[in-house]
Amino acid sequence: MAYSTLHQLADKLDSGDTTAAALAQAFLDRANAHNGDLNAFVELDAESILAQAEASDAHRQAHGARPLEGLPIAIKDIFCTSHGRTQCCSNILRDFHAPYDAHVITRLREAGAILFGKTNMDEFAMGSSNETSAFGPCRNPWDRERIPGGSSGGSAAAVAAALAPAALGTDTGGSIRQPAALNGIVGLKPTYGRVSRRGIIAFASSLDQAGPMTRDVCDAALLASIMSGHDAADATSVANAPAVNWLTSCLRRDLTGIRIGRPKEYFVAGMDAEVRARVEEALSTCAELGAEIIDISLPHTEYAVAAYYVIAPSEASANLSRYDGVRFGHRCDNPDDLLDMYTRSRDEGFGIEVKRRILTGIFALSSGYYDAYYKKAQQVRTLIRQDFAEAFAKVDLIATPTSPVTAVKLGENRDDPITMYLSDIYTIAVNLAGLPGLSQPCGLANGLPVGLQWIAPAWREDQLLGAAAAYEAATAWHQQRPAAFDDANQGGVA
Amino acid sequence: MSWEVIIGLEIHVQINTKTKAFCGCSTTFGAEPNTQTCPVCLGMPGQLPVLNSEAVQKSILTGLAICGQINLASKFDRKNYFYPDLPKGYQITQFAVPLVEHGHIDIRVGDTEKRIGITRIHMEEDAGKSMHEGLDGVSHIDLNRSGVPLMEIVSEPDMRSADEAIAYLKQLHQLVRFLDVSGANMEKGQFRCDANVSVHQPGTPFGTRAELKNLNSFRFIRQAIDYEVNRQIELIEDGGEVVQETRLYDSAKGESRAMRSKEEAHDYRYFPEPDLPPLQVSEQEVASIRAAMPERPSQLRQRFENEYGLSAYDADVLSQTRELADYFEALVACHETDSKRCANWMANELLGRLKEQGCEIDHSPVTPRALAGLLDRIADDTISGKIAKDVLDAMVEGGESADAIIETKGLKQVTDSGTIDAIIDKIIAANPNQVAQYRGGKDKLFGFFVGQVMKASRGKANPAMVNQRLKNLLAGM
Repeated sequence: MAYSTLHQLADKLDSGDTTAAALAQAFLDRANAHNGDLNAFVELDAESILAQAEASDAHRQAHGARPLEGLPIAIKDIFCTSHGRTQCCSNILRDFHAPYDAHVITRLREAGAILFGKTNMDEFAMGSSNETSAFGPCRNPWDRERIPGGSSGGSAAAVAAALAPAALGTDTGGSIRQPAALNGIVGLKPTYGRVSRRGIIAFASSLDQAGPMTRDVCDAALLASIMSGHDAADATSVANAPAVNWLTSCLRRDLTGIRIGRPKEYFVAGMDAEVRARVEEALSTCAELGAEIIDISLPHTEYAVAAYYVIAPSEASANLSRYDGVRFGHRCDNPDDLLDMYTRSRDEGFGIEVKRRILTGIFALSSGYYDAYYKKAQQVRTLIRQDFAEAFAKVDLIATPTSPVTAVKLGENRDDPITMYLSDIYTIAVNLAGLPGLSQPCGLANGLPVGLQWIAPAWREDQLLGAAAAYEAATAWHQQRPAAFDDANQGGVA
Repeated sequence: MSWEVIIGLEIHVQINTKTKAFCGCSTTFGAEPNTQTCPVCLGMPGQLPVLNSEAVQKSILTGLAICGQINLASKFDRKNYFYPDLPKGYQITQFAVPLVEHGHIDIRVGDTEKRIGITRIHMEEDAGKSMHEGLDGVSHIDLNRSGVPLMEIVSEPDMRSADEAIAYLKQLHQLVRFLDVSGANMEKGQFRCDANVSVHQPGTPFGTRAELKNLNSFRFIRQAIDYEVNRQIELIEDGGEVVQETRLYDSAKGESRAMRSKEEAHDYRYFPEPDLPPLQVSEQEVASIRAAMPERPSQLRQRFENEYGLSAYDADVLSQTRELADYFEALVACHETDSKRCANWMANELLGRLKEQGCEIDHSPVTPRALAGLLDRIADDTISGKIAKDVLDAMVEGGESADAIIETKGLKQVTDSGTIDAIIDKIIAANPNQVAQYRGGKDKLFGFFVGQVMKASRGKANPAMVNQRLKNLLAGM
C-alpha cells in the first residue's frame, strides 16, 4: 500500500478499507523508519499529523469527502504553515513560526489534505543537490550515496521512498522537475501565474512557481487542480487564466495528431549517453503512439543558464534583505552596533551558496554593471521567450531530457558551483519563459532514474498532462521503485 | 560678484487613502506603535504586495491638476537599502517609468508670475519610524507608517530664491489639500520637503548642488535655503569648492551639517519589482478622473472675484483652504444680499477672532448661518456695525445667536425719532456754550454732539438718524 497513488488511496478511504488516521500512522511509521537514512523530512510532527487525520475522518463522516480527504501530502520547507516551523532549511530562519498559511496550504487544507511534515531542500531553494540545506543533505533513495537533486530534494525522496504518497515542491529553475527526474517520480511546474506564490518564501519572484511531485501523472493533475486558481493577494497570480480540465486531460491514451518538437540544442555532446538513449527511446514510443516528432531549434538555449544566474540572484539579493535580524529570524549575540548586527546576523544565518548568490545579485544590479548584466539578461530572457513562441507555432509540445545526467554522488559538485549550475541546463529556460513543464520517469540509466521533460505553451497544462499520461500508460517506468524501500515483504504499510 | 541661486524641490506627500499602499492596514496617524501592521507591511517571508487603486487614482488626479502627462503604462521598482524601519530591505517605488511626467505649477512672487516645471510624480511606499532619543542606548521601531502610500513630486531646478521655493511649496500644499489627496499636515510628516540648492554666476553652467534634508516647516525650509546659499557663496568666494553631498538641517541650531558625500551615497541597485505587474491605466479611467476633478485654488480665486465681486485680496484669503471657501460659500448662501459684506466680515472679523483662539474655520463656534444672522441685523439696521463687532465677540465666546445676544443685552438700535430727539434735546440743554459756538459757525463741533448723543444712547442710536436729527435741531428747526 505504501507505493499507492493518491487515487488508489482515495479509493481505499472511500470504500472504508482504511481511515485517514490509519493511513497517516502507516506513513508516519515508514517515515520514522527511514528518515534517519534519507533525511527527507526536517519536521515531522506526529501529533499534528494524527490530529489532522482524525479531523479528516470526522469530516468524512459528517459531511462526506472533499477532493483530497485524508490524503497525506509532504510539504517542502519553503511553504509557510501556521502550525509548526517554516525554516526554508536555513539557519537564519531556524525555529521560525509563520503566523499564516501559504495560499496553496489553505487550499490543501480546505480540500481535506493532511499536511504531512516539512521536507528538506536546498537553503532558500538555492541549489540542485539538496546539499546546501542547513539541516544536512537529503539522500537519494535509489542510492544513498547520491544526491536526490534539488532544490525540492526532500519532497522527491519522500515520494520515491514512499514516505509520503505525494509532495509539494517549488520550481525556480528546475527545482521540481530535476529532483523528480533523479528520483523516478512525476513533477509538474505549472505556468507562471497559475498558482499563487503568497506565503511561499520567495527566491526569485519572477521565476518561482509551486507544483506537485507525485507517483503518476494523474496524481499530479489532481494536486495541481487544488493548488491552482487566482489569488487576489498575489498580483502575479493571473485572474481568468485559461481553465484546464485537469483530470480528463489524463485520460489520453494515444498521441495521434500531436506534433512533438525535439530541440537540437537539448541533445548535445556532453550529456550522459545512457540518459540520451532513454529519452530517444521515449520519443520513439511517442511516435509509436501516433505523435509526429519534429526537429526544432531553440537557438538562444546556450544563454539561458547565464541569464538565469543573473536574474535569479538579482531578485534573490533583494528578496533575502528582509532577513536582517530586526523583526524575526536569527540575530547575532551582543551586536556592537547596527552594522555589526546586520553583517554578523546575516553572516551567521546564511550558508555559503546563499551568500554566493546574494553577492552575485548585488554585483549584477550595481551601478555601472546593471546594463551589462541584469539588463542584458532580461534581453536574453525575451529572446528565449521568442524561441519558444516560434517553436510552438510549429509543434504542440516539446520533449527533452530533464537533466543531462542521473544523480551524482554527494559532494561531487560541492566545490564546483558552475558544474552544479549547468545541471539545470534543460529546465531553466522553461522558467525564464514562464511555461509549464513536467518531468516523468522514462527508464533507468546505470540503475538510476532518468526524466523525460515535457514543455507546453503557457496555460496548456492539458497538453502536457495528456501526452505524459499517454506515455505513462504505454510504459511501466513510473512503477520502478528503489529496491531498498520497496519492502512489501518487510512489513510497513503493505 | 553677483550670484544666482538655483533650487529644485523634491516633496514627499502622503496620500490620504484609508489603507496602505500594498496591504489592507489602516493609515490613521497616531495609533499605538506597531498596531497598524500585518505580515505584508512587516516584510514577513512569502508576503506579497497588492497595489491600492485609490492611491493610483489620487496620484493621477494630482498629475492632471499640475497639467502633467499621465503614463498609461508605468512600473514599480525596488530601491535597495538596509535600515531597521524598512522591513523588506527595499522600498517599492517608481524609478524608471513614473506615473506622471512633465507638469507645472504657476506661482506668484510679488507682482511676478512664474511657471515652475514638475519633472515627475511617482508613487512609492513610506518607511516606518525609528526612535533613538531617550531610550538608553536601544532603538525602537514603529512600523505603523511602513507602507503608507506617498507621491514624490520632483520639480525642475526652476526656482531662483527662497521666496520662489516657498511660493511653490505653498501652492502645491494648497493644491493637494484642495484635491483631497493628502492631509498635507507638515507636523505629522504628511508633506515633507528635500531641497537641492546650488549657486552660480549667470551665464555659466549650474554649480554643484547640495541636497538639504529634514525640512519640516515652511519657516525651516526658508532658513535652510538661505543658510545654504550663504554657505556656498562664502565657500566659493573664499576660494573653496562646493562638494556634492547630502546635508541635514538642524532647525535648533539654524545650521546644516554634511550627512554623506557623493562617494558615500548609496547604490540603491534599482531593478523592476517582480511582485507587481506593470501599472496599466486606461484612457477612460484618466478621463473619468479628470471629469470628477474638484475645483482647484486658482479656479476658485477667479470665481470668487467674478461671481461675488470680491477683491483679489479677499478672494485669495478666502480660497486658502477648501474649508475656508466652503464656509464663505455657505455664508453667502444664507446672506445673499451682500457678498462683499460676507467677505469683509469673514476675512476681517471672524478669522481674526478664530486665530486668537487658535481655532480652525471648520471648528468655528460661529456657523455660517449664525454669522449670516448677525449680518442680517446689520442689513436691517437693527444694530450698527460697531455694535455688531461686540455681538460677534459674544458669539465667538458663547456660541449664542446674534438675535439672542442683541435681545438679552438690549443692544437693539434706537431708530425711533422721538427717543432720539429727546436725547438730543437733553444734550443741547446741557451744553449751552457749545451750542452757541456751533451756531456761531464753528461747524467742527458737530462731531462733539454726535459723540455725546451716541454716548448717551450707549451706542444704540442709529448713527444716520442722529446725524440728520442733530443737524435739524441744532439749526433750531
